[in-house]
Amino acid sequence: MANSLNDQEQYSKNIKSYQPKPPYVFNAIKAFIVGGFICMFGQSVQNFYINVFDFSKENAGNPTVATLILIAALLTAFGWYDKIGQFSGAGSAVPVTGFANSITSAALEHKSEGIVLGIATNMFKLAGSVIVFGTVAAYIVGMVRMLFKALI
Amino acid sequence: MEYLIAFAVGGGICVIGQLLLDIFKLTPAHVMSSFVVTGAVLDGFGIYDRLIEFAGAGATVPITSFGHSLLHGAMQQGEEHGFIGIAMGIFQLTSAGISSAIVFGFIIAILFKPKG
Repeated sequence: MANSLNDQEQYSKNIKSYQPKPPYVFNAIKAFIVGGFICMFGQSVQNFYINVFDFSKENAGNPTVATLILIAALLTAFGWYDKIGQFSGAGSAVPVTGFANSITSAALEHKSEGIVLGIATNMFKLAGSVIVFGTVAAYIVGMVRMLFKALI
Repeated sequence: MEYLIAFAVGGGICVIGQLLLDIFKLTPAHVMSSFVVTGAVLDGFGIYDRLIEFAGAGATVPITSFGHSLLHGAMQQGEEHGFIGIAMGIFQLTSAGISSAIVFGFIIAILFKPKG
């Protein structure tokens, strides 16, 4: 019995009963409300750019994303985005604002190591995976689509 | 109505992310990476464009649209220049997002002190 408790391979099985079970439904509702609110806010920013600066519906996404990123970076600087993130989980991580938050917070966190070695080197510590996987996936899908077009 | 649809679709995408976090015990970085890949693959079949037409910012604000824009830029140049165009155009549409994230992140890291 004592052996099975000290067995490393059994570890993940053994600790399972000690891990608190996350409140799935409650977490999902919180993520839905915060995520939905961020997207609704994005929609109002997008409409603002369409109506005031005469962007077309296709092009309005770019300045909208840039605005949301600026707001999220500022919220991160004041330490508010982390509080929202603790409350909402994926609700604030999945929108573009979460991408901006991961860049800004990584840069802020390593500020003490200097501007070059701290801020600039560590900036993409978390967001890098998003860019790498996005680029590789888009490259492969793009290649496949081009191949199909060339064949048909 | 436009706002309600954006709220519902955007919130729905976040719920999927939350369920991946809770049930499959993924880290946020894993969830974000898989969402970007999903966005690119969905756009490969032309599905994501329809979702954007339907939901507006509800589909463009979540990180899945990052993969969608990467592929869109790549295909735009790809139509003009063939296979080399994919590499040339891949960051064309996402440039605003990436450059503003870098610039704002850098400026804020210089101006502010880390909290917490």
